[in-house]
Amino acid sequence: MGVEQKLGNMGVITTTLEQAVNWARTNAMWPMLFGLACCAIEMMAAQASNYDMSRFGMELMRPSPRQSDLMIVAGRVSRKMAPVLRRLYDQMPEPKWVIAMGDCASCGGVFNNYAIVQGVDEVVPVDVYVAGCPPRPEALIHGIITLHEKVRGEKFIRDR
Amino acid sequence: METVLQSVVQALQERFPLQIEEFRGEVHVLVSAEHLVGLLNYLKNDESFEMLSTLTAVDYWPQQQPRFHVIYQLTSLKRNLSLQVRVPVGAMEPSLPTVTRIYANANWREREVWDMFGIRFEGHPDLRRILMPADWQGHPLRKDYPLGYEEPQFTFNFDEINRRKPYAKE
Repeated sequence: MGVEQKLGNMGVITTTLEQAVNWARTNAMWPMLFGLACCAIEMMAAQASNYDMSRFGMELMRPSPRQSDLMIVAGRVSRKMAPVLRRLYDQMPEPKWVIAMGDCASCGGVFNNYAIVQGVDEVVPVDVYVAGCPPRPEALIHGIITLHEKVRGEKFIRDR
Repeated sequence: METVLQSVVQALQERFPLQIEEFRGEVHVLVSAEHLVGLLNYLKNDESFEMLSTLTAVDYWPQQQPRFHVIYQLTSLKRNLSLQVRVPVGAMEPSLPTVTRIYANANWREREVWDMFGIRFEGHPDLRRILMPADWQGHPLRKDYPLGYEEPQFTFNFDEINRRKPYAKE
């Protein structure tokens, strides 16, 4: 039941450029592989057949930052890993988004010590925080859908 | 103590000034820093303890003086024995002679002990930090090292902590 059936054979639909572009961005948002700890297991589960993230246009986990739009930081980030994380983020092409998956990536979680960055928002700007230790695949998918909503609402043509 | 191990310990006692501890069949040999290299050399070459299973340290501050014990866990594959050699180290800038010339795998282990406890190994070929970033200050596994505890954010103190939290820029 796509929009083309509703419109018959007209072959033309009208929309705004913003909507069209944001639709394209949300429906092919390629995440980067960034599994750091146990959250990565849940990220893999979200990708696998039971939960199947490809329903949302995310079947491709890119092993290269240059081909990805979304960074899912899945796990704790140590102080030594932080510069690497920032570098990978800088290598991603615009537009780019970040999900902090799990408590450790969001705020340090149970690792409140010298070795772990207390939330990746100290290193990269985060769009969506997913709570849980680790979050279930549903929670991650909910976070991704929340991000999609955010992206759909993005305005890049300034009102005059 | 096993009889085979007993003979090893006896042979050691004849050659070096030692202190022996035993706990549940595990034998700890306490030796001072100046006899360490000689003792390990003897154990490797004459008693066939050919493997250094691990090299680590313990900080007993503030209960004990000297505060550190550097631990060499030796294994004899040939005779199926294991023996622990402990060296108490104290002082402000603790240091020990390196054993990399006896056991080559001590190289990284000594770097780790330097990184975590700040115990120098004199004569080590490449004594750099191994786990922490190169510009790190202090040695985290010392008991007097601050935990680096950050205050958790709750609803009642969210704004206050948010003001001084270092957020990343785009």
